[in-house]
Amino acid sequence: MKILVTVKEVATVEDEFEIDGTEIADQYLGADLNEWDDYAVEEAVQLQEAGIADEVVTVTIGPEDCEQTIRQALAKGADRAVRVWDDSFADVDLLDVNAKTEILSAVVEAEDPDLVLTGVQAGDDSFAATGVSVAENVGFQWGAVVNHLDHDLGDVVSVRRELEGGVEELSEIELPAVLTIQTGINEPRYASLRGIRQAQRKELDVQTLADLGVDESAIESELDLTDMYEPESESDVTVWEGSADDTAAELGELLRDKGVAQ
Amino acid sequence: MTDVLAVADHRRGDLRDVSYEIITAGRELADETGGDLHVAVISGTVDDFADKLNRDGVDAIHTVSHGEEFNHDVYTQTITQLYDELAPQYVLTPNSVNGLDYAPAVANQLDLPIVTDTVGLETDGDTLVATREMYGGKVETTNELEGDAVVTIRGAEWPAAEGTGDAAVEAFDADIDEDTIGSTVNGFEEVGGGDVDISEAELLVSIGRGIEEEENLDLIRDLADALGATLSSSRPIVDNGWLPKNRQVGQSGKVVTPDVYIAIGISGAVQHVAGMKGSDTIVAINTDPNAPIMDIADYAIHDDLFDVVPALVEEFE
Repeated sequence: MKILVTVKEVATVEDEFEIDGTEIADQYLGADLNEWDDYAVEEAVQLQEAGIADEVVTVTIGPEDCEQTIRQALAKGADRAVRVWDDSFADVDLLDVNAKTEILSAVVEAEDPDLVLTGVQAGDDSFAATGVSVAENVGFQWGAVVNHLDHDLGDVVSVRRELEGGVEELSEIELPAVLTIQTGINEPRYASLRGIRQAQRKELDVQTLADLGVDESAIESELDLTDMYEPESESDVTVWEGSADDTAAELGELLRDKGVAQ
Repeated sequence: MTDVLAVADHRRGDLRDVSYEIITAGRELADETGGDLHVAVISGTVDDFADKLNRDGVDAIHTVSHGEEFNHDVYTQTITQLYDELAPQYVLTPNSVNGLDYAPAVANQLDLPIVTDTVGLETDGDTLVATREMYGGKVETTNELEGDAVVTIRGAEWPAAEGTGDAAVEAFDADIDEDTIGSTVNGFEEVGGGDVDISEAELLVSIGRGIEEEENLDLIRDLADALGATLSSSRPIVDNGWLPKNRQVGQSGKVVTPDVYIAIGISGAVQHVAGMKGSDTIVAINTDPNAPIMDIADYAIHDDLFDVVPALVEEFE
């Protein structure tokens, strides 16, 4: 069985930051492997270690800068990586769900995996829609927000979907399928030094839209990001100032007043 | 094409709150487009659901009787067929776990743009302006799109519709292709249980990412012991396996309503806030004065938990 894992490098934001137009100013941004995708990579690698998957391939939409993040996934055990980039992406503010669907669908069709794992959402734009959209587009089955996966080499996977309010849905999904992976499904490993060294030698294939046979018009997002701002705080919080002893004493007094602590 | 089609959410025989909230959001949009608000309710006891959904502002309710519980193929096929029949401008669905399991498929099948997890919506009849968050709630953005769209709304952002409506209730005869259904729901399971029910606690000491390392949890256990409080946590602590799932507060964990909720090193992501905003008094200990938890906290200490918590332990020991 072949597994394709979508991997995104997301921007991380410092506590204090400034906004420049419809972006956070560069100096306040870091970059990291999307948290949800980290769990998806781990799940794929565990299926490989269990002898269920023969090959784990990652796919990323992103510029050359994100290769360090892709190598993280390779260092954790993925066999090879595909990175899709086109100079035309540089001018796009927001790659919307439909654009990502077109690109990732082309990779799914080229790679022909049995199972596609994606993170439930990306920590930056948080659309949480691309996995299901790709599944529908390529005619795969799917399951969103999966926090447990069992596979016994048949043509069905048993999953748990994490619903709201501490309830899980137990489902069976036919393959090929796209599953969007929720955090907590496993414990993502740290890349070992050996893994990091090996990752440098693994294949990282760069594809353009033309290579994938995707028309440039596919990335013209129908959604325009028109403004970005810090949410207005509606807070009327009372802030206790002073040393840790002072503030702890204030909190202690509150707890005694409320009668919840002795 | 000016109408709005809103889809209700239900589980195990009960409509979920967002089903009433989506009526309010849908009515507001329909008022601006000058169209009707249609509500669809799919699977389960649809006639009973239709009675409950028949609130002020709903023009028509379409019931689709097919199975007891949610199945994304049934939802996707039904909604695309309703779209073809009703030709609404906007299809609204909850941004729930189930909403996210069919709305993107509906959008893709209908070749419509999708905007998810919206917290505000406006339209002039042509351009939809959707407000949503990015970077875990650190920024809000406005997003514009023209024409028809699929839109998912965040729960608890719009008030629930009230009153009694006079909507026309009609059974919609969806043509479900059983051969394409590739997933089967075999049941549900409550997670948690275990030793402690955090939803019963009067005083919760709740810990988040700020604790940094598992070993540091001992400090919080000491605090809970000293105060006679119950220990709970935000999602990452449970994801890391540092505390069992029955301690998790939030959208996918427990809803808690203690007299006092002490949020330590918790930023206050919307999924967490969903589970604890009903607490009587909320105290936040966090170094980041701009953390979203400060918006709902009654009292705050903008300081390092590794300084404040030991001081508090000492005071109560």
